This record gives sequence, structure tokens and C-alpha cells, in this order.
Amino acid sequence: MSAHTDISTGPLEYRTQEGRMNILGFWIFLGAEVVLFSTLFATYAVLFGRTADAPVPADLFEMPMVLIMTFLLLTSSFTCGIAIHHMRRGSLKGLFVWLGITLALGLGFLGFEIYEFVHYAHEGASLPSSAFWSAFFVLTGTHGLHVLLGISWAVLILIQLRQRGLTPVTSRKVFIVGLYWHFLDVIWIFIFTSVYLIGMVV
Amino acid sequence: MSELTKRIPKQHVVGFVGSIILTVAAAWAAVGSDLPTPWIITSIMVLAVIQAFIQLFMFMHMTETESGGIQAGNMLYGFFVAVVIVAGSIWTMSFGYTHDHGGGSDNDNETEEHEHMDH
Amino acid sequence: MEFIDFLLEDFFVTGQPLIYGAMVSIVLVSIAIVFVLSYFKKWGWLWREWLTTVDHKKIGIMYIIAALAMLFRGGVDALLMRTQLTLPGMEFLDSQHYNEIFTTHGTIMIIFMAMPFLIGLMNYIVPLQIGARDVAFPFLNALSFWSFAFGAMIFNLSFVIGGSPDAGWTSYTPMAGATLNPGPAQNYYLIGLQVSGIGTLATGINFIVTILKMRAPGMKMMRLPIFTWSTFITSIIIVFAFPILTVALALMTIDRIFGSHFFTLTGEGMPMMWANLFWLWGHPEVYIVILPAFGIFSEIISTFARKQLFGYKAMVYSMVVIAGLSFVVWVHHFFTMGAGGAVNSFFSITTMLIAVPTGVKIFNWLGTMYKGRIRFDTPMLWSLAFIPCFVIGGVTGVMLAMAAADYQYHNTYFLVAHFHYVLIAGTVFGCFAGLTYWYPKMFGHKMNEKLGKISFWFFVIGFNVCFFPMYFLGFAGMPRRTYTIEPEWMALNVTASIGAILMAIGFAVFVYNIYYSFRYSQRETHGDTWDGRALEWATTTPVPFYNFATVPKIEGPEAYWRMKENGRTTYEKEKVEPIHMPSDSGVPFVMMAFMFIASFGLIWEWIGIAIAGLIGVLACMVIRSFDYDDGFYVSVEEIKQTEKKAREGEQ
Repeated sequence: MSAHTDISTGPLEYRTQEGRMNILGFWIFLGAEVVLFSTLFATYAVLFGRTADAPVPADLFEMPMVLIMTFLLLTSSFTCGIAIHHMRRGSLKGLFVWLGITLALGLGFLGFEIYEFVHYAHEGASLPSSAFWSAFFVLTGTHGLHVLLGISWAVLILIQLRQRGLTPVTSRKVFIVGLYWHFLDVIWIFIFTSVYLIGMVV
Repeated sequence: MSELTKRIPKQHVVGFVGSIILTVAAAWAAVGSDLPTPWIITSIMVLAVIQAFIQLFMFMHMTETESGGIQAGNMLYGFFVAVVIVAGSIWTMSFGYTHDHGGGSDNDNETEEHEHMDH
Repeated sequence: MEFIDFLLEDFFVTGQPLIYGAMVSIVLVSIAIVFVLSYFKKWGWLWREWLTTVDHKKIGIMYIIAALAMLFRGGVDALLMRTQLTLPGMEFLDSQHYNEIFTTHGTIMIIFMAMPFLIGLMNYIVPLQIGARDVAFPFLNALSFWSFAFGAMIFNLSFVIGGSPDAGWTSYTPMAGATLNPGPAQNYYLIGLQVSGIGTLATGINFIVTILKMRAPGMKMMRLPIFTWSTFITSIIIVFAFPILTVALALMTIDRIFGSHFFTLTGEGMPMMWANLFWLWGHPEVYIVILPAFGIFSEIISTFARKQLFGYKAMVYSMVVIAGLSFVVWVHHFFTMGAGGAVNSFFSITTMLIAVPTGVKIFNWLGTMYKGRIRFDTPMLWSLAFIPCFVIGGVTGVMLAMAAADYQYHNTYFLVAHFHYVLIAGTVFGCFAGLTYWYPKMFGHKMNEKLGKISFWFFVIGFNVCFFPMYFLGFAGMPRRTYTIEPEWMALNVTASIGAILMAIGFAVFVYNIYYSFRYSQRETHGDTWDGRALEWATTTPVPFYNFATVPKIEGPEAYWRMKENGRTTYEKEKVEPIHMPSDSGVPFVMMAFMFIASFGLIWEWIGIAIAGLIGVLACMVIRSFDYDDGFYVSVEEIKQTEKKAREGEQ
């Protein structure tokens, strides 16, 4: 609103008041997302072990696949950071390349997750199998849905970058989708730890 | 500013390598180590929190610009509420009984409840 | 034929004269609205001025109008319940219908009345109080409003199409689960709350950023008017509490529609986990609807006692403490679940602790009035009545906080009396006080004082006559949510019903006062109706759409009071610059209309329609993403003309 508070140095995404407010607003939204996922984690923890007649998690979880998924997402978070770095250097090409890699890794992750879900369903563990499996599928599924949403959103922004190049508005959008992407990795770290690792231990 | 001229900034590489090490360490602690279960759970949760901070500080630049303090405070409060929700729900829904001291043994319902709570 | 059978048996609610009457009146009112709009050629005006607006002031007014309508609906529900309990043997309502009515009463009053009323006042006032020209995200603000409006519409639709939810506003499982509660009714509750919850969360984010980033120069955090502070703290609680409700509702929806086992009795689900999640959100929610009311009372008491607010810092810190503690008391809503001594003791103690900052505030209000030269205008009367009534509610709350004693009080009318004493004396009095107080700023004329006082006395006396006996009914063992009573509870129930009628008269006079004042009240010529202290009174009445012609410079607390003392105004003619304003947009309305379609599909488990609606929502998001409209500038010429016209009466 107040054009007079715009500044002319520093990263492009922070130069307008609007850009700064959008980024702060998104951080606060991420705070809400922390609560959203922690509610799902709480539900998962409370319903842990309530598998009824369905298989128990220790029989289904496999370390190699979980590790591959984790590394895919970890790497994509890293490449996303590099993409933002290139944006701040003013390199549109670098941004495209690194963001492209990020999305490809994200798609790879989704592929594995879908395979995993189908595999579990074949083994007799699906959403309606038991309280535990309901909690498992909704927790990991919500994360997967976020990843899918992040990819689609980033594609929209890539198109806008094509049309308009790097402006305060487009770079703000890229930065925000970047924050979103890193955040999904944070959530995955906790899924990896408290769902898969603990599921294999107990 | 010198960071900006590099193709790949050092901070990100350090963060990336750090998170890979932490992930492998957590995986090893879970399936490769002989630690007792409560220790495993505690240690891998600590590793996860460290990794989360790597993301927040090294990749997401949480503290940059004049809103950095607000952003960090916001996430901290988020973590506080998260701990309340997770720990509070586990504690409350276990009815405050732990499985090794028969606190609910005089009541069949409760005994059945906390059987499922063990982990 | 099958289709018609479906319409008559499942789709429309049939067989009850009350509901037929409601259907007829809904159809008649709809026809009347369409006719009036067409006859006076107002469709374009409605679309341009209201449905597409992103102006925080108009959005605030729409919130308040909708909330008043919902207060009417919730109030009618209450009167139906009172009628049934006064004539228990007469089969005025059957048990099923009674269940539906107490469910919709509670849900509507909390979600679709209290919150939108307060959010409406926040919308109108907060940007004015901090010297801003709009909220941080005006588009998002419009989206919030329409998500609330369509959410409320979805919920109210259940009344005539498909049947109302009947598991209480808390909707405990397994009673609210698919096995015991099949059909669309409970889905209305889940989806209606979900849709409006999206808007509430967005509002929370919006106000946090607005208050942090859009304050006029010199308006430090500790110089903020107290209502803005209460809005800020409330917004924080909203942001961290509403996602819990989102998840809880989603899980029950998945349980009901897709067969999962979160809260079911089969598949090793845990019904009490619903109660746990519901109250994890539900207790912070209580503070979401009470803190803004505290803010309103603080503003009013300070203005009408003609003194600076006593203990401003204590007020602020007590709200911060409340925001923290409000997340660690939730188990006191289900002490009787039978958790161990440690759990119940812990939550007993935290609950008692949270009474402390609330008590601090009471003393601050008393301190503000001490040695003040008090004016007894209607807003002040509401605030004065609030203090003793709320104390009664608060003290009985501490009684309920004792876990062991709660086994006696739980789910009796004692509890009903307690939460009505805090929610009506706190929130509803606060809404009436705030609306009367800021009414001249919004509409350019005061509400009639005489009618205001009549409505006040009817409502406050009625309130006490209605709810005070309920404490004793609770002691006498009358359970809540019962549609029939024992003979020994009769006298007090009749008394309560008389009180309810008095309250209804009070509300009717209040609404009539809106009409009467519109017709006959003297128009305000000056922006500062009540000799106010905060910045909203520095604007002209009516407030121009850009709020402030020149951004005010703030030099201390009570910004406007200071300006008046120094003989300055917020309008510096020579410093006027073009003002940047956001463009209106129809996208929020259309997006939420699609959401409405998606919700309707999901409620009836017609997945095709749900997906179609969802695609519409996503399409709107894509359109918004590609929209690079940067708003427009208001020219210096136009600003000067507007200000000249608005300030004519001041000299």
C-alpha cells in the first residue's frame, strides 16, 4: 500500500512493502502448518499400535525405500536453496535449472510414495484397515498432498517467470514457494523419524 | 556479498552435508545400534530437531531482514504449541498411566486402554 | 419417481410444521430480495459495492450484518428450547428436534455469531486505530469474509435440506460417527465449520501482519490502542489453534465418508481422541471470542470514564499470558473421562492459573473508573453490566476447575449457566457495546440513546433472570441437553424462560433501534462522537475509503487525545500525495461459491459434484496467481475534494 517504504537495495523480493508483508505472512502461515502437522503427529502417536487385524508397521516399513525417499526430498530442499541463491544473483537461467531439478526430485518422491501406498494396500494395510493405518495414511498423505500442491504451484510460478522475468513480484513468489518447499522437508524429517524409524524400532 | 558471486554457497553445502550425516546417524541409531528403545527414540528425535533447525536457518534464512525476530518467535511458538499438542495428547490419552505400574488394574476398561498405548 | 421420493424423503426435511413454516418464509424472503434488487435496479450496485469489495470497512459491516442475522437464528433456537422446557409434556418439540436445535444453537452462536461479530468490529476499527489505509492483504480479507458467509450458508442449509446435525456443538464421537449418525446432517456441521475455519485462519494471519507492519510512523507496539492489542493476541491464538480444528474436522469427515477409524469403536479407533482434539482447539477458541470483547470494554471504559486506561502494560501482559496458558487447560472440559489424578490435577491447576490474568484485568477496569468523571451512555452501560456478570461467570468457572468437584457439575445446568455467564456477559455484551460505540463511525449517526437504554435493561435483566436460576438447576441435578424435566425443576425453568423472553425483547428493541436511528437520528457532522482517545476518532465521519488523507505521525499513547491537546489533525492539506489503493475483485466471491458447491457435494457424498466444485476453486486460485493487477492511485485532486466535503461540518 504505502509505496514510500519501498527500498532499492537488497534482495528483489524484499524491496517492496508488499513483498515484505507477503513473506512475513507466509512465515506465520507456516507456523499454522506446524500446528496442523503436529495435530496429525499427535493423532498418529496416540493411535500407535492400534493395528487391529491389519499388519503391524515393523513388517511393512523398509529402510532402503524410506532412505531413498528421504534423500530425494533432502536433496530437493538443497537444490531449491541453490535456486533461490541463483535468483538473488540475478541468474534467471540458474533459477530455472535448479528449480527444475527440485521439481523433478519432488516428482520422484511422489512416485515412491504412491508405490509405497499401493504396496501397503496389497499387503492388507489401507486407510480403513485400522486406527493406526488411518493415522498413517492421513499423516503421510497430507504431506504428499502438500508436495503435489507445491509442485503445481511452482510450475505456475515458472510460467510467470517465463512471461515476466525477475521482478519484485515474481521473485517474491519464487522465494515463498521456496520457503514452502523447505518446510515440507522439515515435516518429512519428522515423519521419517517418528513414523518410519520409530515404527521399525518398536 | 561475496557469497552471492559463488555458484553454490558454502552455507548450503554445509547444511546439506550436515543433514545427510544426521539422517544416516538416525537410521543407524534406529536399526544398527544396541541402545535401549527409549534412548533410541530420544536420540533420533534430537537429531530430527537439529535437522529442522538446519533447514530453518541455513536454507530458509529465517532470521534475515528486520522481521527475522518475529519469524523466529513465530516458529518457536509454533514448536511450543506442537509439543503441547503431541506430548499433551499422548499423556492425556494414556489417561496418565504408564504401562509398567498397573495404575489402572482395578479397572478393566483402563487396563485395556493402556495396553494399546505402549510404545 | 425415485428422484421425487428421494427429494421428499431424504433431501428436504419434511413432517414438521415449524420447518414448513421456515421453508415458506425462506422462499418468500428470497423472492422479496430478488424483487427489490431487480425493481430498484440494484444488482450492479450490490456486485460493485459489496460482493467484490476489498475495503476493510465494508467487509467489517458485512460481517456484522451476517452476525446479527445469525444471532437472530441462534436466538430463535434458544427460545424454542426454552418453550419446550417450559411446556415439557406438550410435545412442542420431539427429542430428535430438540437435539438438533441445541446443536445448531451452540454451533451458530460460537462459530457464526460471536467470532464474525468480533472479526467485523476488528475489520472496521483496527486499521483506523493504527493509522493504516487497509489491512495487509485486502484480497485475502475478502476471501475470509466469503468463506465465512458461505460456510454459514452451508450450515444453515441443513435446517431445510437433509436435516440438522444433532450431536451437540461438541459433536462427540462415537455419537457423531457414521454408525450412529448416518446421513448428511453431521456432514453439514463438519464441512460448514471447515469452510468458515479457512477464513478465520486467514483473518488471523492478516491481522498479525497488519498490526506488525502497517502501523503509522511513531505508533510503537506499546502505544497501540488496547483493542488493537487484543486483536493482535486473538489473531495469534487463531493462527495456532484453528489448524487443530481443521485437522479434527477433517479426520471425522474422513471417518464418516471414507471409512477410516480415528474416532470409531471398531478398528481400534479412539472416540475420546475427538474430544481431546476438539478441546485442544476449543479452549483457545473461548479466548478468541473473549479477548476482543475485553479490548472493546477497555476502550469504552477509558473513553467514558474520561481517563487513560489504568495499567495499560498489565493489560497487555495479562493477554500475553492468557494466550500462552489458553493452550494448556483443555482437559478441564473432560475431567470425567476418568484420566488419572496426575492429569486432572495438572489441568486443574493450569485452569485456576488462567483466572489470575483475567482477574488482573477486572482490577484494571475498576482502576480506570476510580475517580473518573463517568458518562453513562449506552456503550458504557453495557461495559458496566459486564463486570459483575462476568465475575459471576468467572468465579463459577474456578469452581468447575476443581476436577473432583467437576464430577458433580459436569454436564449439568451449572455448566450451562457458567458458560452463558462468560459468553453472554463477555462476548455478547461486548458486541453490543462495541457496535453502539463505533456505530456513528460506521454509519454517520448514533444509535438512539433512549431505545438503546431500553434494550440494555431488558437484555441485562432478562439475562440474569434467565441464567442465574440455571446454577441452582445444576445443583438440583438437571442435566444439560435434556428435552424433558422433572417436576421439581419446573419453577426455575419457567423463571428462566421469562428471562429468555425479556432478552428477546431486548434484542428486538436493539434491531428496531437500528431502523429507528437510520430514519431519525441526527447526522454526525464531526468524526469524534464521544470525545474519543484512539486514532479511529481522528478520521472524518463517514470515513473516506482511503481512511487517512495524510498518514498521521504518532507521538505517544492515546494518539488522538494527544493530537487534540496539541491542536493538530490528521489532515495536512499541503502534504497530500496520491494514495495507492487495491482494486476490487470478484474472485473471492466466485471462489467461495465454488467451494459451496464442492461442500454440498461432499456433504451428500456425491463425489463427482465435490470434485467439480474443487476444480472451480483451483481454477480461481490459478486466475488469482496470474493476476498482476497492482491497484490504482487516488489523485491529489480527488482526495482534497473528498476531504473538503467530509470536513464541511467541522468548522
